[in-house]
Formats: sequence, structure tokens, C-alpha cells
Amino acid sequence: MFKKILIANRGEIACRIIRTARRLGIKTVAVYSEADAGALHTRLADEAFAIGPAPSAQSYLDAAKLIAVASVAGAEAIHPGYGFLSENAEFAATIAAAGITFIGPDEKAIRIMGSKSEAKALVAQHDVPLVPGYYGADQSLSRLISEARMVGLPLLIKAIAGGGGRGMRIVRDFAEFEAALASAQREAQSAFGNATVLIERYIEHPRHIEVQVFGDKHGNLVHLFERDCSLQRRHQKVIEEAPAVLLTEAQRATLFDAALRAARAVDYVGAGTVEFIIDRQGAIYFIEMNTRLQVEHPVTELVTGFDLVEWQLRVAAGEPLPVRQSEILCRGHAVEVRLYAEDPAHDFRASIGELVHLRFPDSSDSVRVDTGVVCGDSVTPYYDAMVAKIITRGRDRAEALQQMRACLAETEVVGVNTNTDYLQRILTHPRYCTGGFNTHFVEDERASLTLDTSTTCVDALLLLAAVYQHAENARIRQAEAARSAEPHSPWVMLTGFRINAASTFEFEFKTKSGNITVEGTKAATGWSTTVAGRNFELLDYSLDGSTLSARCKDRTLHASIVRSRDELHVFFEGTHYCVQQVDRLHSHDDTEINTGALIAPMPGAITSVMVKVGDQVARGAPLLILEAMKIEHTITAPCAGTVSEIRFSIGEQVTAEGVELIKITPNESAAT
Amino acid sequence: MISKTSVKVSYESMTAFKSTVDPRAPTYLQNFATMTAVVAELKQRVGESSLGGGALAREKHLSRGKLLPRERVAVLVDAGSPFLELSQLAAFGMYKNEVPSAGIVTGVGRVSGVECLVVANDATVKGGTYYPETVKKHLRAQEIARENRLPCIYLVDSGGAFLPKQDEVFPDREHFGRIFYNQATMSGLGIPQLAVVMGSCTAGGAYVPAMSDESVIVRNQGTIFLGGPPLVKAATGEIVTAEALGGADVHSRKSGVTDHYARNDAHALEIARRMVANLNRHKQLALDVADPEPPRFAADELYGIVSTDLRKPYDVREVITRITDGSRFDEFKALYGTTLVTAFARLHGYPVGIIANNGILFSESALKGAHFIELCCQRGIPLVFLQNITGFMVGSKYEAGGIAKDGAKLVTAVACAKVPKFTVIIGGSFGAGNYGMCGRAYNPRFLWTWPNARISVMGGEQAAAVLAQVRRDNREAQGQTWSADDEEQFKAPIRAQYEAQGHPYYATARLWDDGIIDPVDTRSVLGLAISAALNAPIERTPFGVFRM
Repeated sequence: MFKKILIANRGEIACRIIRTARRLGIKTVAVYSEADAGALHTRLADEAFAIGPAPSAQSYLDAAKLIAVASVAGAEAIHPGYGFLSENAEFAATIAAAGITFIGPDEKAIRIMGSKSEAKALVAQHDVPLVPGYYGADQSLSRLISEARMVGLPLLIKAIAGGGGRGMRIVRDFAEFEAALASAQREAQSAFGNATVLIERYIEHPRHIEVQVFGDKHGNLVHLFERDCSLQRRHQKVIEEAPAVLLTEAQRATLFDAALRAARAVDYVGAGTVEFIIDRQGAIYFIEMNTRLQVEHPVTELVTGFDLVEWQLRVAAGEPLPVRQSEILCRGHAVEVRLYAEDPAHDFRASIGELVHLRFPDSSDSVRVDTGVVCGDSVTPYYDAMVAKIITRGRDRAEALQQMRACLAETEVVGVNTNTDYLQRILTHPRYCTGGFNTHFVEDERASLTLDTSTTCVDALLLLAAVYQHAENARIRQAEAARSAEPHSPWVMLTGFRINAASTFEFEFKTKSGNITVEGTKAATGWSTTVAGRNFELLDYSLDGSTLSARCKDRTLHASIVRSRDELHVFFEGTHYCVQQVDRLHSHDDTEINTGALIAPMPGAITSVMVKVGDQVARGAPLLILEAMKIEHTITAPCAGTVSEIRFSIGEQVTAEGVELIKITPNESAAT
Repeated sequence: MISKTSVKVSYESMTAFKSTVDPRAPTYLQNFATMTAVVAELKQRVGESSLGGGALAREKHLSRGKLLPRERVAVLVDAGSPFLELSQLAAFGMYKNEVPSAGIVTGVGRVSGVECLVVANDATVKGGTYYPETVKKHLRAQEIARENRLPCIYLVDSGGAFLPKQDEVFPDREHFGRIFYNQATMSGLGIPQLAVVMGSCTAGGAYVPAMSDESVIVRNQGTIFLGGPPLVKAATGEIVTAEALGGADVHSRKSGVTDHYARNDAHALEIARRMVANLNRHKQLALDVADPEPPRFAADELYGIVSTDLRKPYDVREVITRITDGSRFDEFKALYGTTLVTAFARLHGYPVGIIANNGILFSESALKGAHFIELCCQRGIPLVFLQNITGFMVGSKYEAGGIAKDGAKLVTAVACAKVPKFTVIIGGSFGAGNYGMCGRAYNPRFLWTWPNARISVMGGEQAAAVLAQVRRDNREAQGQTWSADDEEQFKAPIRAQYEAQGHPYYATARLWDDGIIDPVDTRSVLGLAISAALNAPIERTPFGVFRM
């Protein structure tokens, strides 16, 4: 076995690999870009090396640097993780040449499987079912038309050099074929400089099923059952599970057989995934083979009980697979969600920022959280915005899903937007729960998934926010006092004390239904509070870190609350609410006040006039320049408005200080 | 074998007092009920007063986007921190009760971590104009600021002197002009003077911001001018709006009378908080502060211990033990001069010397008190007086024993003591007892009254008896007779007068104290007051001649 390995990756997968390596007594070497200095994986590893600037092309994708670090650190092998260089045949070959073991298949398998056409041509020879299609070099129109007829409808025209949907057309009627072909070729030519296309049967509403395979250097090859990755959004997997739902044993047998054939076709060594699609009739087609460890490998680990990274290390070190096929069983059901820093409400755009607060469900036999970040880390624009993977396992699918819903309800992220609620909506969607979904689920159900179904229990929520703020104020005062000469000053300890009147608090929050005030008055026991006129008898509360418990007369409310600027993030009953606090003291923009009037600061000459009467100007826009005492004084607009009068032209002398130079009529909205 | 104790024993662990109060005793229950009612009445009256002017005036004020004075204070002080309001019932029962709180809110509050003296005019009360009690309350607040070196924040919104009473507010030494004298001299002592102009500052009022070290003005609300638009028109014929004459733009951009420009009340208060944050003040304590500890007995038991009938005696130690840290105190001369209890204790962690009446003052008790004050001054320990005194003992034996000179020793010690002194009148405050127990004239930093207290030169019954005796002697000297009925008719109005004028509401309305407090709050009020007082260094005391 290796004594030391280098992990050419970052984030959760780097951390995950380190965990297994450590368990096996293997030293780990992490690498990091400037953006990842201090990141969790660099702290977990035994050693960590900087490899360049944030952009991955200059760091995680720089093979030469990685090899240099490996040799300096004395790493015998490199684990590429997923993404980055994990399916780069050249990299595999280069490091092999440098005498370092690549933890993955050999260069040839990577290269063949990396080319869709080569892969398909090869596996076809091994009786692996393929989507009917034409991949020939003859691109004559007549040939393409006749091949199209053979393929059948609906069909897909695809640029072989393509990607990202460009040079791709779906044809549902032969009458449209020629026009679609021409436009696909045109697009392919301009985008990729290559007009060559392939034609394939278009499988509508397929399911995406993949089979985990594993081979060793001794000719052993096994499968570890399938995963259902049909739940995707724009070809990005969102939720994965094992085993797949609604699959017959016959279909399973076909899948495993096809997967093993495909792997055997390249004498596969290491962890690999053979991807298939299943059409509505249940027919199975090979899509491609991924020659690496998949993001979603944990679901397989949870249903089989094996550590796939351990297997990778053993196999790479030359050991045989630890078990035979017959010893691999699929028990129970596992599901994985990818928790992303993204904003589902705004077209899932990536959400960048510091993770001000982070809380994941506790790990257990049935709950696993794979993450590469901790509170205080940042989601940067440089890399994938995945915050964590949460994996749950149950005796059956219903139990695993139930567990996952509970886990998401316990997940708290502040600082970036996440898809937590979105995932929760999928997990509670009847169509998902019954298994009747395919790769178009997210699109088909867009309306019900993006609909904000959270019924805001505004009252209790705002009460919690107010109580939190009240307790937080006390904490702030105490922290300040602790630094002073009077750490126990009664001015700090006697919260809200008033002579002959009860102590009170009052907080105002901005909500969808307008501003709401929460008031509290100290009572004999606890506080008598009102939220928008509704009374709550608050008997007691305690704040421990971010965990608030408020004991009311008839129930006890628990929430986790975190402040981020003027927002309070309240995690209450499984939902993440964000309320904005109205701070009476800090709600002023005094820039306007500090802008000068439109008068000459001193006598001088007008050297420039930038506007003319009738112009719309923004606040701060330069209007004219007065030169005096060898200094240019730029007169700027004090507010947004219209230039109504200019009293001087270029070259004119302003003879006195305080003379009005120009007039601006403020816009209505600018007046306060 | 020596075992390690798990209890942390402090070297300065004081003696715990064994309370003998029986909360089931009929007198306890009766006292409790009576005091509860008295306190409820107090809170109701304070509640009414704190509304300020009538509903109409408040609405008008709010409709202009202004905050009410107590809201301003709440926004100004550190969120969730206490406010030690002074003289809430000033002018109570005077002027047909039309000047609640004398139209001004004063008190000590923490702003940006600094204890400050806040003075806020209430424009909803007679336009914030100064009645005699308004002046008195403002000056008292400034006096507290001066003695305790507290930065002053004036939230100005006042039409100046109340003109119909100009003879009571303008000309004398302790009248309107003294406000600015105080500002100038306090500034000279390094006590910051900050003004927030949130309404009118007319005529004399203009000097509040002008005499301040730093000031802020609210646009469209605050105005500062020596002569308002009507006066200007009358004097020169110039027609000008208040805003154009002395608004925020004029004073922040042109005249330089104000230093900061605020968009509204809250903005101005934010600026005021920043001004305080920039004062570079660092409070240093020259005494040994311990971690505070609550008393072991419930404060509301005071209701059951103390009778509203001042003739009913009780052991004042039962009061002390409900105020001090851990209910502990170390008595000094416990066996000598027992009608005065003197004890070292801690209150909110601060060391204090407590002097409490436990009966009438005799020579021994006076000497003991004087000795104890000398000790506290020597050691720099603040003094807390719990005053419940009918007076010094009278009679030939005592006069011959020199009670006058012994009483004088106590009064000398009290008068000269430079350590911070705090007085709470928890019962009677009569005659020379008031002097010996640090009454108003003896400059306690703060003086509070319980609602059951009474204050007068002597008791109403005694006064009536003395005056009746004098009259009877006169009558009899002239050979006239005086029937018992006539005597009673003579005495009744005297008793009534003393009862009315000795009542705490009468007293507090005239600022003979800094406010009436709920006995339950005594510890909190004292703790806040002691902490505030420690902003000033504790000076050495040069005592006067003690007549031996």
C-alpha cells in the first residue's frame, strides 16, 4: 500500500479522500490555489502545498505543478478526485511517466471512453445496446437523409464537436429535417469550425440510470449495482439514489451485463460508472462511461457498505478487489442531494459569499454529510458552488426520503442562498415520491417547484426574531463591559431598567406584508409581548450560540437565528426565513447632505461646462469646472434632476464667492 | 486530612444576616397589602406623567415626524440599557397638573458605553417652555452632571422661558441663565456639553446649542435664533420663515452654530451617539469592585417589613439585607449606639458604607456615625444613607450630655464627606435628623424617596402640639382660657398642612428629591447611581472642626 498520496483536488472530495486515507494509515498531501488557502482540505491533510492563483487553469489543472509537488512531497500516487484532471488521459500518462501511480484507470481506457464516438464504436462490438444512430464520416446530404430514415423519429442532430446544446436540433417530422440539418451545420461550423454532425434517435423523457463498476489489475471486474440520477436540472444531477426505482429484475440484469461488457471492452481498472438511459418502453441504451469516482458514489457506499475510495487505493496499489461479485449486496435505499450555493428564485444563479453560519445534520449510521467547507469559509466564483452532499439511508426508499427531509430541515446556511428549500420541494413532490420521474421532471414541474409554498407563520417568527435581538443586545453590552473597567456594571446587567416602569423592548421588521413591530414588556414572570397586535405570553427564553428557545404559555418555540448585516436568518420548523430589521439609528443615507451647493467656492474662471439646459443628471454627476487658485473645482449635482439654468459659459469669470453657477430641479423621487 | 472544598470561599466573605421576617404574620401581610397599593398608585401617576402633554399635543408632535422625548431617550441610549430617570413627578399637583414632569425629561443613561446626563425638553407640554420647576429640574440635572462628571446631552425642543412666570424663571441666581453658566463652566472642567437641536431654540434657548462643545440640528425641525420671525418682523420689518432664519441649512452651512446636519430625529440621535463615542472618555475606578451577587432575600419582602405607618418600628437590618450583595454586611460598632446601624457591604460589587437609622439619634449613635463616615472617607468608600429618623433625642439629660455637639459632629462629618453620598429616605425625615442623615442640603449625589416616606421639620402632631402649647401659654399669660375643643380646632389645620407638605408627592413635585422609587428597585437604583458617580474621582476629605 502507498505510504503517501497527493490529492489533486479540493473541496468535499479532497476531504473525503483524506478521511479514507487516514483510516488506512496513508499520509496525504493537499494542494490549494490562492483562493483555497486555509480551506478545510488543506487543514485535514498532513501536508499542503500552494499551487498557484485561483483560476483552476493555473492551479488545479496545472499538471506540471502537481507532479512537482508530488515529487517534492514524496507522494507515490495521485488521486485526481472528480472533475479537474480526473479524466485527462494525458495527465494519467504524464504522471505514470514520472513514476507516480495514477489512482484511476489506465490512460487508454480514459482516452477511449473520453471520446463518445470511439467509445460507442467499441462497446457496440461487445453487444452493448446503443441508441440507434449514424456516426459516419460521409456527411453528404443524401447519406444523412437516408441514415435519418433508418434512425427514426424523433431524432437528434448533433455536432460531433458540440457542447452546451449548440449545433444540436431535435427533429420530430422528416419535413423539417433538411432545414434543421442546415442550421445545425451552420451553427457547428461557426461555433466549432467543424460542421460534422451525428444523428441519433432522440429518447424523450428518459430516465438516467448508471452502474457502478470496479476492476482490478488481476482481471477481476464487478458491479456495485445501479444509481438513478434522473433528477437533473440542465444536465446537472440534483438528487441521486440507489437502487433505481421502478426497475424490473430483468432490466437490472441487462444493465449490469451491459455495464460489465463496456468496462471489459477497455480492461477497466478502478472505479468507473457506465451511464445508460431508459426510454418509456423500458429499453436500455448505453450513453457513456465515466472513468472516475462519481460525485454521487456515496449512495452506492451506503447501500453496499463498501468504501469505494479504499477500493481505489487498494486497486491502484496492485491489490485485488477485496470481495467477489457474490459478496456485494444491495441493502436498503440511499439518496443524495447536492446542496448548492445558488438562488433558485433567480434562475439558479450561483450565490457567492462568506458562509456566515453553517449547520448540517448530525452524522449517523443513516446520515452522512460530505462537505469541504466550514463556517467562515467562502463560496468563490472560481469553483463549483456545491456546499455539501447530504446522503441518507433507510430500509426502503420512503424511509430514506423521510430521513432526507428531516436532514434538510436541520440544514442551516447563512451567507449565500442555497437550494435547500427547492430540494425540499422536490422531496415532497408526489411525483418524485412515487418514483414517476425522469430527466424532464424539474422542467415539467417547474411551476410547483418554484412556487413559494412556505406559509409564513409571521407571528411566532417575528417574536423569535425580536427575542433573539433582545438577547443579542444584552450579549453585545456584556461583551463590551467585559473589556471595560466595570465588567459587571449595573448599566449592563440591569437590562432595560426604568424607574417606576416596566422594562420594555421594541423591534421593527420589514416583512412582505409591511413593517411589523414587536413589543415586549417585562411581566412578573417573563415578558408580555405583542406581535402586530397579537399577544404572546413569553415565560422564558434562552440563547445559546445561535440556538434560541422561547417558552411561551402554551408551547415552546425553538429556532436557530443568525444575523448577517441587517438581516436575521431564522431557521424555524425546517424553513429558512429571512427578516430584515429596521434599525432606526442606521437607516440614513447622508451622502446627499454632504454634497455642496451649486455655488462658486471662490472667485475664478469657468473652464468647462459638461451639461446643457434640460439635461437629466444623476447625483454626483460633474456639471462644470471652475478654475481658481490654480486648482480645478468640479461642481457636481447634489441630487438627481434636470439642469434648469446655466448662468456661466466657458471662459467667463466668476467674480465673487458664493455666486450661484447652475440650477438643478430635483427629480420627484429625490426629494425626501 | 485536609479536603479540598468545592465552595469558593472569598477572603472578604461578609457576615450573612439572619432574617426573622415571617411572611405569614398578619402585620407582614397588612404591610404588604398597603405598600403594594401605595406603589401601584405611584406607578400609575408616573405612567400618566410620562405621557407628557395631552393626546392632541402628542399627535401634532408625532405628525411632524418627531419622536416623543422619552422615545428620543430610548433611541439615544444603548439598546436595552437602563435609564435612571430623575424627578418623574416634578411639578406634580401644581399648575392644575398641566405641566407633567415639569415638561422636561432628565436622567442618566448609557450612550455608546458612556454614562451621560440626558436632558430632553418635552415640546408637547406647553411647547417645552420653562416653568420654575422646569428650570429647577434642568439645573439639578446639570448639578448631577457636574458632581459626577457626566457628559451632558441636551435634546433641545423648547420655546424658552414661560413668559407669564418670568419673575420666577429669569432673574435669580438659580434661574434660566444658570443653565448656560453651567454649560460654560462644565465645559471648562472637561465635562462635554452636546446639543441635539430637535425643535425650537428661541432667544435664551439659542444658547444651549451655541454654548455646547458640539451640536447637531434636525432639518425642517430644529431652529435656532435669538429673535424669532415675529420679533424680526416687529423689529426690522423683515419677513422670513423660521427655517430660513435659523434652520439646519443656515446653521450647518453658513453660521456654523451647529456642527452636524441630520435628516430626522433618529439620524440626529445617531450622530449624538457618535459624538459621545468620539469623546475619548475612559472610566477608571479607584475602588475594589467584586463580582456582584444578588441578595438572598426577595426584594418585595420589603413591602411586608416596612409599614406605611411611620410609628411602627422594624429592624432596619431587614432592609439592608435585601439590598446588599449576598444579603451580607459587616456591622461596625454593632453593640454601641445601637439606634444607628453602620455597616460595610457590597452593592452590585461596589464597596459601600451603609448608615441606617434604627431609632432616634442619641449622642452615641451620632458619634458612631461620625466615626464611620471618617472611616469611609479615609478608605474612599461611597456612603449610603437609609434615612428613617424622627430626630435627635431631647430632654435635659441629653442636652446636658452634649447631644447638640455630638449631633454637630455627625452633621459636620456628613457635610464634609467627599466620598459619593447617596440618600434614600425610607421612612421619616424630620428635623435635624434630616441633616445628620444627609438630607438634600448635604449634597448627596442622588437622593431618592420611598412612597411611604414623610418629610418635614418635625411631625405634624408635634408641630401642632408645639404651636398649641405656645398659644396656650400666651392665652394663659393674658388670663384667657382655651378649651380643648378650641385647641383641637387650632391643631387640625396644622396637622393637615404638615401631612400635605410632608407627603412625598408634595416633596418630589418641588424637587426636594430626585424621585420617588419603588422600594423593590432600591438596589438597582443605588447600583446605577453609584456607578454613575464613579465617573468622578473620589477626593480626599478635609473635615471641619469637630466640637469635642
